Amino acid sequence: MNLDKVPSAPRVRRGRAALIALIGATTLVAAGCADAAPPSAEPAAAPSAFTPVAQQEDSGIVVWVDATRQAAADAYKAAHPKAKIEVVSYSGGAGGSTDLQTKIQLFDRTGEGWPDVAWPGIQDPSWATTGKTPFAAPISDLIPKETLDQYAAGAHDLCTVDGKVYCLRNDLAQNVLWYNKKLMDEFGYQVPTTWEEWAELGLKVAKEHPGYLVGEVGSAGSVNTYFWGSRCPMSSVTDDKQLSVNLHDPKCTRMATMLDELLAKGVLGKVSKFDTGFVKDQSSKLLMMPGSSWFGKVVFEAAYKTPAGQIAAAAPLKFKDDDKAYTGAGGGGMWFVSSHSKNLKASLDFVQWVTQNPQYTAKAGTYPAYKPAAVGWLTALQSSGYFANDIAPVLTSAADNIWTGWKQSTAFSQEKIYGEKILPAITAGKTITSQLDDWQKEIENKAKSLGYTVKN
Amino acid sequence: MAIAITRHRRRRSAADRGSRAAYGFVGGYAVLLVLFGLVPLGYALWMSVTNHKGQLVGLGNFVRVFDDYRFLGAFAHVAIFLVEWLLTLMVLVVALALMLHARLRRTARVVRFLYYLPGAFAGAASVLLWLILLDPVASPVGPLLRAFGWQTLNQVIAPENLPPIFMVIAFWTGAGSWIVIMYGALNGIPDEIIEAAKIDGANTFQIATRIQIPMLRRWIAYMLILAFAGGTQLFVEPQLVSTASGGQVSDAWSPNQLAYQFAFAAADVNGAAAISVYLLVISLGCAALVVFKARLFDKD
Repeated sequence: MNLDKVPSAPRVRRGRAALIALIGATTLVAAGCADAAPPSAEPAAAPSAFTPVAQQEDSGIVVWVDATRQAAADAYKAAHPKAKIEVVSYSGGAGGSTDLQTKIQLFDRTGEGWPDVAWPGIQDPSWATTGKTPFAAPISDLIPKETLDQYAAGAHDLCTVDGKVYCLRNDLAQNVLWYNKKLMDEFGYQVPTTWEEWAELGLKVAKEHPGYLVGEVGSAGSVNTYFWGSRCPMSSVTDDKQLSVNLHDPKCTRMATMLDELLAKGVLGKVSKFDTGFVKDQSSKLLMMPGSSWFGKVVFEAAYKTPAGQIAAAAPLKFKDDDKAYTGAGGGGMWFVSSHSKNLKASLDFVQWVTQNPQYTAKAGTYPAYKPAAVGWLTALQSSGYFANDIAPVLTSAADNIWTGWKQSTAFSQEKIYGEKILPAITAGKTITSQLDDWQKEIENKAKSLGYTVKN
Repeated sequence: MAIAITRHRRRRSAADRGSRAAYGFVGGYAVLLVLFGLVPLGYALWMSVTNHKGQLVGLGNFVRVFDDYRFLGAFAHVAIFLVEWLLTLMVLVVALALMLHARLRRTARVVRFLYYLPGAFAGAASVLLWLILLDPVASPVGPLLRAFGWQTLNQVIAPENLPPIFMVIAFWTGAGSWIVIMYGALNGIPDEIIEAAKIDGANTFQIATRIQIPMLRRWIAYMLILAFAGGTQLFVEPQLVSTASGGQVSDAWSPNQLAYQFAFAAADVNGAAAISVYLLVISLGCAALVVFKARLFDKD
């Protein structure tokens, strides 16, 4: 046997294998004639009529909640000791994360595992209400219209598709002007009613009481307070999967210039209101803060531990030239009932109880979307004696002023984009106005990457 | 003659037993490799050349994801991170292992354990720890951060600081185990060689550069390949910092995150598969380069 030839045999075999692989790969590539377009590029399929899966009366339900809503699930369990309910805690879409979507897509692929009830993020209706079998069940087919009408006007707009309501609204986050009455009185300042007065007062504060703040732009959610409140057409959905973006609209630039001026004077917080340093050093220097209805309890009372009798709420700020005040909303959540649920009765009972039950909602952290519950919530809040004025009328009227032109339920989060593009710029000392082009570009790119057509 | 045959047989049966054990060891690994390595790889390759209806699309997905506005940025971020990380890893791990081996023999056991300790934290937990460490207000090393002129977490995690931050986190969690491995490799160098060099008048530095480092060549190459493969898959660090900072870090900062966005924000698993194939090709290419340059598979 000629030993020299031994190594050549595997080499030939390897060569042949490589050739076959190459031919295979070439065929595969050459065969590529179909379109590589992703599913998001296709027009959304019209949902077929809702048909529940076979129901099982005794089947337990699985409920997915974020950390804050854990209390709701616990309260329900305590009130219904016999209910078979499994509570799973997850991110709830905090910070624009897409956890629910991720998981539901995996369940759609495997054909099982969906939760019966879920607390989604604010972007989730964009996918959960579309497709052939939307994940969210059409609530309006399942509970009486009279019950739905008891929820705040427009509360369900963000999850209404072709007249069907796909969610049950939990709470509203309409903005008001929070202020420290004790400090304002001490400094001898009048509470502003317009954005212009607010900015003017801010410049005055910079001069007379440096270090004090009139607001905060350093958290991703502040885009909702300022730019939504200014009615900036950041992404107006004009048609299914089509939207326009115009950050150079005067309604955007008026807010950007105002904030730039105040930022330069150092009267706006540049880091998140929940930032450790902010809570420690700056929270006691907040003279005013435009923000959501839940700030009073969650931010001032719980996070800052501001003593009782100091914090008060005034009507949301309006622009001098606008006909009335419009507010944005920093949050305001909802519940989904799964269209795959084997026990719709128990699921619906859960979502109605946590949004309607007077005892539970009166103690909730946020403003209930269910109108009778809101009355009880405000009464409880006022009777706690924490606030320096009667905040009920202000919050109630602000609830009707949320500007509906800001389509929340796009598939992407404006907060996320603001956080990624504008916050680092603010940190680096740049003006917001100088970032408008970049910001616009990012929104357009993000929208296109998720299958939207951008037409300005 | 008869003795020779018996010996031969005995030797063969011992060899048989040895190779059977070897097949046993390799077999277990091979099954796992096929199940969790090759099958998913084949699946990803298949998905990367098809669309969501299962039709073949050739290189369509590769072109499409390359055109995505985040694609080049994500790869650039990770490239910068890798250069910083691999250099630090190579220089510091080797230097620390050599120092440990040469100077600290008595305390080496304790020091090795200390080096290894951070690696014992699970990935996500150590990143969470770093979120506190990086906040100048809450951090135990706050004064150091403030010395850099950073007063807030936002200033620390400014976009240009991210690659070095992730490098420091990755080094902190990963370098310890490599130091332990390098230390072991240094122990494998026969004492006679070192002694011979000493007799010839070589000082510690010369021994390190002329004898120890060349003899560690394969270990360093091995470390580079694994660190490179791990580094290109950077995911947990940017993902957690992004979530914890209210989204100040892009959710598509690294290619792996971009693939995640494709798969789960845009429901486009085929695009995600194409990105993973890009990563595979780059990792394989670089690994091959290191293998050949360091002659990793050559027999001495």
